[in-house]
Amino acid sequence: MKDEPGSTNLFTKLDSVFIRKEPFGLVLIIAPWNYPVNLTLVPLVGALAAGNCVVLKPSEISQGTEKVLAEVLPQYLDQSCFAVVLGGPQETGQLLEHRFDYIFFTGSPRVGKIVMTAAAKHLTPVTLELGGKNPCYVDDNCDPQTVANRVAWFRYFNAGQTCVAPDYVLCSPEMQERLLPALQSTITRFYGDDPQSSPNLGRIINQKQFQRLRALLGCGHVAIGGQSDESDRYIAPTVLVDVQETEPVMQEEIFGPILPIVNVRSVDEAIEFINRREKPLALYAFSNSSQVVNQMLERTSSGSFAGNDGFLYVSLLSVPLGGVGHSGMGRYHGKFTFDTFSHHRTCLLAPSGLEKLKEIRYPPYTDWNQQLLRWGMGSNSCTLL
Amino acid sequence: MDPFEDTLRRLREAFHMGRTRSAEFRAAQLRGLGRFLHENKQLLHDALAQDLHKSAFESELSEVAISQGEITLALRNLRAWMKDEHVPKNLATQLDSAFIRKEPFGLVLIIAPWNYPLNLTLVPLVGALAAGNCVVLKPSEISKSMEKVLAEVLPRYLDESCFAVVLGGPQETGKLLEHRFDYIFFTGSPRVGKIVMTAAAKHLTPVTLELGGKNPCYVDDNCDPQTVANRVAWFRYFNAGQTCVAPDYVLCSPEMQERLLPALQSTITRFYGDDPQSSPNLGRIINQKQFQRLRALLGCGHVAIGGQSDESDRYIAPTVLVDVQETEPVMQEEIFGPILPIVNVRSVDEAIEFINRREKPLALYAFSNSSQVVKRVLTQTSSGGFCGNDGFMHMTLASLPFGGVGASGMGQYHGKFSFDTFSHHRACLLRRPGMEKLNALRYPPHSPRRLRVLLVAMEARGCSCTLL
Repeated sequence: MKDEPGSTNLFTKLDSVFIRKEPFGLVLIIAPWNYPVNLTLVPLVGALAAGNCVVLKPSEISQGTEKVLAEVLPQYLDQSCFAVVLGGPQETGQLLEHRFDYIFFTGSPRVGKIVMTAAAKHLTPVTLELGGKNPCYVDDNCDPQTVANRVAWFRYFNAGQTCVAPDYVLCSPEMQERLLPALQSTITRFYGDDPQSSPNLGRIINQKQFQRLRALLGCGHVAIGGQSDESDRYIAPTVLVDVQETEPVMQEEIFGPILPIVNVRSVDEAIEFINRREKPLALYAFSNSSQVVNQMLERTSSGSFAGNDGFLYVSLLSVPLGGVGHSGMGRYHGKFTFDTFSHHRTCLLAPSGLEKLKEIRYPPYTDWNQQLLRWGMGSNSCTLL
Repeated sequence: MDPFEDTLRRLREAFHMGRTRSAEFRAAQLRGLGRFLHENKQLLHDALAQDLHKSAFESELSEVAISQGEITLALRNLRAWMKDEHVPKNLATQLDSAFIRKEPFGLVLIIAPWNYPLNLTLVPLVGALAAGNCVVLKPSEISKSMEKVLAEVLPRYLDESCFAVVLGGPQETGKLLEHRFDYIFFTGSPRVGKIVMTAAAKHLTPVTLELGGKNPCYVDDNCDPQTVANRVAWFRYFNAGQTCVAPDYVLCSPEMQERLLPALQSTITRFYGDDPQSSPNLGRIINQKQFQRLRALLGCGHVAIGGQSDESDRYIAPTVLVDVQETEPVMQEEIFGPILPIVNVRSVDEAIEFINRREKPLALYAFSNSSQVVKRVLTQTSSGGFCGNDGFMHMTLASLPFGGVGASGMGQYHGKFSFDTFSHHRACLLRRPGMEKLNALRYPPHSPRRLRVLLVAMEARGCSCTLL
């Protein structure tokens, strides 16, 4: 919350110069269903810390959590400054007609556009945490078992319903040969021979998402898994091979426990493939060679990047989490959240007297005035102007 | 036939090929901008004189010098700004490399206004180029002379595979905005800001909008009227009032107004002589449309000082209006001209209430000998920027961010803030491919003990207050 001092030039040496953090006012947080506590509370922490009043619109899809957020959470906060509003797309649309001073949205790019368009009518700034298809490049120069462990953990966590999960693998046919048995081994290790009975595997949030995912199981060929159970909204940890770029599983964000493998012949081809598509929220590259990892990093763009692992960085509050392009705008976590929900107001407090010093800037002008002013404005040795 | 299609495709391809990535390339562009300013100084001064009757002093101070300063700052700091920022790690990532990498967005659109047509074009351009983007520049068609210089002369100093100037009015700009950009930087009115943001939303393009508002100027009873008059007048009549951060109206008590008026008259005479129209130091209104709009405002309240106008010269005298009602046009729209209305309030509380009933402005000013009064106004209001006891000097400091809030805008720039505005900050974590045993803790099947260990490992190192 502290004022941040700024550096001065010669003309402002006697002034107090600082950046003051101010709350925007009334903030709207629209939260998703996949991590309904985390993705509601973490933005809320920032909004409250920054001194805003908050309207929270939790997801109506994660009904269990919605109830707790609506009925229990307000009891712990000052309700003159905090409210939970409930509803589906129609109610949210009506809510968005109102004016807010900041809107923080987590969800799909499609709805992100709707939110930003509504915000534009009131010139309301926004942070949009969206999604995308997060590529996961696996180099030939790798230990397949290590890669399988890491990719599988991050893919099947929360039954794949994670915006930063690896969405698809890019690797050579040779690597694929080695990866498949390793992935099977990992899946068995993690979830047992009957994953449906493992306590460590999640379920799909609702029927609509389940049906969508079950349809994706028809793409390419099932190499591992492929089972589903409608009564349980269960989809087995699945790996698909022989998928075409045009198939639905390679067109939409999967958001489920299905991992397609797409073949490329080289890291260059992988980079080209990635760059033909929308910038993703996350990008992964696995290789024993740090050069290959760095090449991936240098020649692509994404919200965030991890070499040789999955989204462990979300646990690091010192890095900002956010998208770029279709995967979003703005960022948060830790201090970045506080800053997101604060207006940074530049302040200069000059003494009311000492008018003689200011005289130099007044007309009528002479060459001398001009020179002196130019010099004065440029006088700070590292901050010219 | 879409006039912009080819240009945009060409620039995207150049970006895709990686032309703008190296520090050397970017520095060369910035040096090109520097040479553009240096080699065309007279041409630029002439253009500003033609468009706005800017004096050499104003042109130099508020257009050329500021632009040059930003170029120099960027050149000096480019590599430091481009560097990966390493960040503190937790126990789980101790052996890893964790950093924030700055990346260009890609194809950036800068839409520039007419009031400081060189400064408000070049300063964002410096940031966009320093950050490694390809840039499409849409200068204002209203400041015609500068538009010509920017379209015909500026491109010669930059790599034209990565930079283009497009021309046109509202209709062409609308068509341009249908295209997809990776960032849009707009300076102009709130009304058009909404149009830009709505267009950007269709492509999920992030924006910075530098807009405007009515910037209040509170003048306390506890003041030296002459000092205040000097300071307020200079910032109000600079560029004939066509400044987004100029004090738009004064709030003071009737008693203060009595003392302020003669002081303002004295200041105006001192600055511009007995016949301001013949002073070389007073600008002119940009065009007929703005002139007519301003002339109509002269009918609000009563003219206390000035009030003369000359259509053939687009001249409006430095004017002070009194007895204005909140409902009159002069108190409804951003004035953007050399007219200063005074509105009476009986106390600083009433002033604050008045200010807070209205949209958050781009700038807010408070004059008082009492620092307590100044701080009270600061604390109880919000605005893009704030200055106590002076005008928009805060804008000359490139170490401070410049931007609006609410209807006065979103985002900020100047100095490093420009570079950051035009960069995507990409969180990066580089781990080792080996040492898989350490990861075993996180894999299922799980146990409560393992969970406890993991939670400790995720805690920020050495900071007991960051519990995840």
